[in-house]
Amino acid sequence: SILCNKTCVCPASQIQTVTLIPGDGIGPEISNAVMKIFEAAKAPIRWEERNVTAIRGPGGKWMIPPDAKESMDKNKIGLKGPLKTPIAAGHPSMNLLLRKTFDLYANVRPCVSIEGYQTPYTDVNLVTIRENTEGEYSGIEHVIVDGVVQSIKLITEQASKRIAEYAFEYARNNQRASVTAVHKANIMRMSDGLFLRKCREAAEKYKDVKFTEMYLDTVCLNMVQDPTQFDVLVMPNLYGDILSDLCAGLIGGLGVTPSGNIGANGVAIFESVHGTAPDIAGKDLANPTALLLSAVMMLRHMGLHGHAKKIESACFDTIRDRKVLTKDLGGNSKCSEFTEAICQRMKDMD
Amino acid sequence: LSLSFVLFSLPLWMLISAPPARYGGRHTVTLIPGDGIGPELAKHVCELFRFCCVPVDFEVVNVDSTKTSEDDINNAIMAIRRNGVALKGNIETNHNLPPSHKSRNSLLRTTLDLYASVMHSQSLPGVRTHHRNIDIITIRENTEGEYSSLEHESVPGVVECLKIITRTKSLRIADYAFRTAREKGRRRVTAIHKANIMSLGDGLFLECCKEVASGYPEITFNSMIVDNTTMQLVSRPQQFDVMVMPNLYGNVVSNVCAGLVGGPGLVPGANYGENYAVFETGTRNTGKSIANKNTANPTAMLLASCLLLDHLKLHGYASMIRKAILSTITDSQLHTADLGGKGSTSEMVQSIMDAIQSSGPRTQRH
Repeated sequence: SILCNKTCVCPASQIQTVTLIPGDGIGPEISNAVMKIFEAAKAPIRWEERNVTAIRGPGGKWMIPPDAKESMDKNKIGLKGPLKTPIAAGHPSMNLLLRKTFDLYANVRPCVSIEGYQTPYTDVNLVTIRENTEGEYSGIEHVIVDGVVQSIKLITEQASKRIAEYAFEYARNNQRASVTAVHKANIMRMSDGLFLRKCREAAEKYKDVKFTEMYLDTVCLNMVQDPTQFDVLVMPNLYGDILSDLCAGLIGGLGVTPSGNIGANGVAIFESVHGTAPDIAGKDLANPTALLLSAVMMLRHMGLHGHAKKIESACFDTIRDRKVLTKDLGGNSKCSEFTEAICQRMKDMD
Repeated sequence: LSLSFVLFSLPLWMLISAPPARYGGRHTVTLIPGDGIGPELAKHVCELFRFCCVPVDFEVVNVDSTKTSEDDINNAIMAIRRNGVALKGNIETNHNLPPSHKSRNSLLRTTLDLYASVMHSQSLPGVRTHHRNIDIITIRENTEGEYSSLEHESVPGVVECLKIITRTKSLRIADYAFRTAREKGRRRVTAIHKANIMSLGDGLFLECCKEVASGYPEITFNSMIVDNTTMQLVSRPQQFDVMVMPNLYGNVVSNVCAGLVGGPGLVPGANYGENYAVFETGTRNTGKSIANKNTANPTAMLLASCLLLDHLKLHGYASMIRKAILSTITDSQLHTADLGGKGSTSEMVQSIMDAIQSSGPRTQRH
């Protein structure tokens, strides 16, 4: 399987339970679309729906509802729709809370050009692996004196080692030829220097995978000229945030980009990374592609490659055909029509 | 023979209306060749200036990047203080040396307080790119932010790196951006930030930009989060006009913009401070792998020298050289390897000189 470090022992005939978090805005309708498509594909998945709106636990600390946590801990695999970030609700972002609760340390985004959805770039095929727990997003800021603010970027040996080893393991398990560490060690000598050292140490243990290092600005410069030269990229939090969105832009945006988050203890949550789109919520106009491709990533993680391939092909064929497409893909169809077209294709395949 | 022809035929206004320079009507400019392709490009600039009889004398100051002592860079800084302007190549930083060995380029920028790094990315005719009609000015705060070089390891295995944002410097760069937009007749300024995560630091930056924006009612001001910005840049770069941002995002965004219009060989960059100005290639690459092979694209460095000439108010020379460079770029036969061609650096420079000669002073009056 692609994301575990050991082969998954889940026979295809056994039904597996997955925690489903529909999310807000267009979340529920795209989750329904995915469930319908999975049913048509006869995938051996049982969905356990849970809500993750933050509640105050004992001691006043914000946490996710206990039944949601219990379900994730039991099932280990989750699929999540977009969650809205409240501005004045008092509690932190839900995505942040999930990340902290399950120690989701790696964010993996495979970016592959979609045939039928044209962008100025073709043949993009790369993966961005972003450290998701520390770095510039530690949230530690102080006002030193009035008018002078200090934000702290934290890089630790442990987290850098973990993400570096994960990146090489991923490359090996997915037959990727090289891993590139993205950094700015010429300026941030100690912090990015530490990150780079850990990547070099991990590279020693995986001699079958080629290792290169490149400055962040050089990667950006080359990425927009020729993205085909990149394979797997591993980097700290901020650079990962910027680069993964840049790469998503190359293939068509967040509406078609899958994403997976790997946590400690074998937990993995796959999600669509677009927003909740409150302006089109409930109007049957949403594009379920991002969530669907994330669900396909999930199937591969679970070892269900046959079903993954079937659903992915049906989705890509429908897009390539350009007859039934949602508005953001350039068409005029409804979400339900797009979903139905994919289901029909799978029925025809059988 | 050709040299005297150019000198003799220049109209009088070009010879006598140059601003009063300190040493007999000529300007002295510090030249730091740097590493990689720097030295060969610096040589071409000198060659071109001599050919055009530009009233500039270069004071060459070499900075040896292999030395750990800071004497060389301090000499360079002193020379720039003396002359007020410089043209420089990138000085390599060995990032495997301990943190006490600071980046020479960074030292130069912060010591001379060159607070604004300005890069104008424009689609050029004759250069094939994924997008067309790009015309973006990126203005990047050049002295603080993530480049403060303040790091420490308080506990073994845990490193803290400080990003400093101050009200004074944010106001200063925002004001520079709006003034530039007004001077060049640009209509929109976009501030790039990540204030949803770094609410105090980037929040302060954004607040300062908003404050300055209120003083320029004719210019539209909006803001965009940096990750969305990069996504927008690769799908619809034509929506951007002038962009202002803190140091690191500036590094990312300006490199993306340079890549979008054709790469590091084409875009010049300028670093402005209150009292000094330093010109270089926009993306500050050393080009180690192509050094001394006569394949580097001289466009970026030559256009940077035109920016230098404009700064010295030698506009006539600047436009003459710039026009020749742009006419040479449209000829794809001369394109260097970075643009997909097989041309050499010297061939390009020769073609530029030929273009200057043929479009001689007689066409200047038009």
